[in-house]
Amino acid sequence: MEEIYAKFVSQKISKTRWRPLPPGSLQTAETFATGSWDNEENYISLWSIGDFGNLDSDGGFEGDHQLLCSIRHHGDVMDLQFFDQERIVAASSTGCVTVFLHHPNNQTLSINQQWTTAHYHTGPGSPSYSSAACTGVVCNNPEIVTVGEDGRINLFRADHKEAVRTIDNADSSTLHAVTFLRTPEILTVNSIGQLKIWDFRQQGNEPSQILSLTGDRVPLHCVDRHPNQQHVVATGGQDGMLSIWDVRQGTMPVSLLKAHEAEMWEVHFHPSNPDHLFTCSEDGSLWHWDASTDVPEKSSLFHQGGRSSTFLSHSISNQANVHQSVISSWLSTDPAKDRIEITSLLPSRSLSVNSLDVLGPCLVCGTDAEAIYVTRHLFS
Amino acid sequence: MEELDGEPTVTLIPGVNSKKNQMCFDWGPGEMLVCETSFNKKEKSEMVPSCPFIYIIRKDVDVYSQILRKLFNESHGIFLGLQRIDEELTGKSRKSQLVRVSKNYRSVIRACMEEMHQVAIAAKDPANGRQFSSQVSILSAMELIWNLCEILFIEVAPAGPLLLHLLDWVRLHVCEVDSLSADVLGSENPSKHDSFWNLVTILVLQGRLDEARQMLSKEADASPASAGICRIMGDLMRTMPILSPGNTQTLTELELKWQHWHEECERYLQDSTFATSPHLESLLKIMLGDEAALLEQKELLSNWYHFLVTRLLYSNPTVKPIDLHYYAQSSLDLFLGGESSPEPLDNILLAAFEFDIHQVIKECSIALSNWWFVAHLTDLLDHCKLLQSHNLYFGSNMREFLLLEYASGLFAHPSLWQLGVDYFDYCPELGRVSLELHIERIPLNTEQKALKVLRICEQRQMTEQVRSICKILAMRAVRNNRLGSALSWSIRAKDAAFATLVSDRFLRDYCERGCFSDLDLIDNLGPAMMLSDRLTFLGKYREFHRMYGEKRFADAASLLLSLMTSRIAPRSFWMTLLTDALPLLEQKQVIFSAEQTYELMRCLEDLTSRRPVHGESDTEQLQDDDIETTKVEMLRLSLARNLARAIIREGSLEGS
Repeated sequence: MEEIYAKFVSQKISKTRWRPLPPGSLQTAETFATGSWDNEENYISLWSIGDFGNLDSDGGFEGDHQLLCSIRHHGDVMDLQFFDQERIVAASSTGCVTVFLHHPNNQTLSINQQWTTAHYHTGPGSPSYSSAACTGVVCNNPEIVTVGEDGRINLFRADHKEAVRTIDNADSSTLHAVTFLRTPEILTVNSIGQLKIWDFRQQGNEPSQILSLTGDRVPLHCVDRHPNQQHVVATGGQDGMLSIWDVRQGTMPVSLLKAHEAEMWEVHFHPSNPDHLFTCSEDGSLWHWDASTDVPEKSSLFHQGGRSSTFLSHSISNQANVHQSVISSWLSTDPAKDRIEITSLLPSRSLSVNSLDVLGPCLVCGTDAEAIYVTRHLFS
Repeated sequence: MEELDGEPTVTLIPGVNSKKNQMCFDWGPGEMLVCETSFNKKEKSEMVPSCPFIYIIRKDVDVYSQILRKLFNESHGIFLGLQRIDEELTGKSRKSQLVRVSKNYRSVIRACMEEMHQVAIAAKDPANGRQFSSQVSILSAMELIWNLCEILFIEVAPAGPLLLHLLDWVRLHVCEVDSLSADVLGSENPSKHDSFWNLVTILVLQGRLDEARQMLSKEADASPASAGICRIMGDLMRTMPILSPGNTQTLTELELKWQHWHEECERYLQDSTFATSPHLESLLKIMLGDEAALLEQKELLSNWYHFLVTRLLYSNPTVKPIDLHYYAQSSLDLFLGGESSPEPLDNILLAAFEFDIHQVIKECSIALSNWWFVAHLTDLLDHCKLLQSHNLYFGSNMREFLLLEYASGLFAHPSLWQLGVDYFDYCPELGRVSLELHIERIPLNTEQKALKVLRICEQRQMTEQVRSICKILAMRAVRNNRLGSALSWSIRAKDAAFATLVSDRFLRDYCERGCFSDLDLIDNLGPAMMLSDRLTFLGKYREFHRMYGEKRFADAASLLLSLMTSRIAPRSFWMTLLTDALPLLEQKQVIFSAEQTYELMRCLEDLTSRRPVHGESDTEQLQDDDIETTKVEMLRLSLARNLARAIIREGSLEGS
């Protein structure tokens, strides 16, 4: 059993994110950021899981995470992303988007940049507007894309005061999450079960492609793109279903997997080991999906080839795809779905697990029960 | 009405002169609103400028402590675990489960206490530090009471092991000895340390005889003169019979051995063996259970329950649970010696020793400032089947009453409300209605929060609340001009009336702008379209536009006609529909058949004949009427032309 450490932090955690490692670094993750929600005062905090040695002889044991610094955040933290090593972008329920800067020398956070009314509603027939929650943010240095309850998409640049591009009324319903597909293209999910692809090269406010769940219009809450195969996308819905999509073909998901019993709040492919996928849900569970074939000792180079051949033996009909050695284990139309092994990572379930993030062998998640869980041995 | 158990405490509100002005108030679940009135008893006419403030008074302030929040959150998990303990489990396994749960609760209290202690030390402001320190002592008292209740009510230790548990209890809570011991042993010459004999005495008082013996050997090494008597004392300590958990000896055997040992000690006292060393002699008296000798060590004992346990250890080690209350009462009386009166904590512990659970809970409820302790303890004791018989004269039983109080306090807090939900779930009688009342009052600032509240309601089939939340969100979306969102929410609530209202807004917008907004939603309504007639019409009308756009004129035409003939389309919209038919009528090929054209004509005549006749008309009205008349004329012309073409075409087709 993996060791997983819990710490109660006196605030409901809405988002947890690992700080990215410098390129080429051999270190493992050791700093993560959290955002809180639904408190009288909300905070963005930075935590370290590094060993403190004798520094905390009173009670702190190895594996426990320590608070580095925190800063007040106006409104609920709806989403949180690291822009680079030092900067964190936070989306607020007040419609404000803020870039926080971490000063490692004196361990403080400060506001680096702010777009106060990134998302807002316009009342019927009146110029006055009220704020709308910003629900999602995604960064790809130097660009920041935000989406909100107002159905608006904003494209910011870190060095620009104004939005570079705004798509008003991009969606008639609430946009719940956003991610980059390829550089000028983004992908959004909304509250009527649609997945839309937007190309910033195109003018106008029409998406370049709409994919949707059939019939039921189940809201989608989260989206993540396969790190290597950019056409493979995973989404999680209100009914707790995990959907895998191939955005190159069709307008419907490739597979629908029955998962959680309530809203799936986040889904993440493992960044360097994408046969592994992680999901968390309102029902208080955190799952690890393992779609790698059952031959774990293969090296990663042979891994890909090996899997292709096993895939072949299963379904000859997909010969058109054979030459692409990038057939994803997630897109396999193999009816034998039992190849995916699912493990539950949290011991007892109670309140919602709102967010999770994976980096290398480390996983962090935050819950409404005001606890942060960290494990450093995911694949042990 | 029962009599009051104590004087109610008076809370002064800063800034309000309650002598001069009358106040009014209103109850809330965890809070009270208070404000001054301008009502004056004596001079009625005089208008005094009254205080413009409304005060919020909270009764459950502890909920707002950052550190106690950890207690609430962590114990919530334990509480849930306890509720899920299999009812089928009986006997030993059930008892061990319950003891484990109790220990978990205590370890959470301890963790909180330690953190609070750290904060109290680190506090820069002395007033702040004092506040934290007082919290520490409250938490410490809670743990003390809980631990005793665990021993007496949950563990139900029998004679023999009972005393061992009580010793552990005292050792855990009178823990200054450890730092003292480190201090003494750390010094160069331990036996010459000022506190050396104090330390040895405390160790003996706590029954830690092995450690006391080691200390004595140090004294023996240092002063050869007293080495002999130190060794004798050491032997006495070593040979004191105690019940060890692994041992199989019976209580009678133990009592017999203990009697022998006691007589041996007695002999040494009579022989005045230790006369040369007053320290050793007083130790011997303690080991003989001499009350006067024990009371001399009042300061080292620090409290009466320590005195009680030490006294039992050296006079009646196999005390039966049933006799505890007698010893407890007399120990309290002896220890206080009439100098001071017992404090609330003393009364609570005394009630526990008397096995009066209800008194314990009652006293705790009065003494402690929050409901956490009594609610969780009562719930645990209820799971031990100790409270079944007791019913209150109001509400349901005591467990439920206390849980409801606690959960209501959580709901009054801006972010702990989620914890309260699970507590309400485990209140079989009034939990659900309480939840229904509380959940509607949660402010919904974001859709995400609303979704969480909705999930809670949907899981519990609280349809009324689901509908009301969706309606609130739909209303808000309409106010924010987010018609698509509004429609989604009313579909989720299955609220036909509201869906009709939103559909009307869509149609009105269409008439004004000539194009539809939010196509992504309307095009994908699916079966939800059937929710209301107007929504069906909206969906179908949009479908007509799509067919027209795709140049599927025949399909579009028959759909358009059917919208009117099936009466799905609101009459007010017929003119628009007929106008939409115009371009179809003017197409090169014949689209409407003769039959269909007749239908269209009937619709037009139907519409024009029922048009209300205005008695008075201003210029604008006249102008409008003008346009309308032209439209009707044009329609009639087109229809007639189309009919002619259709008849010719159909006739020629049949003929050929």
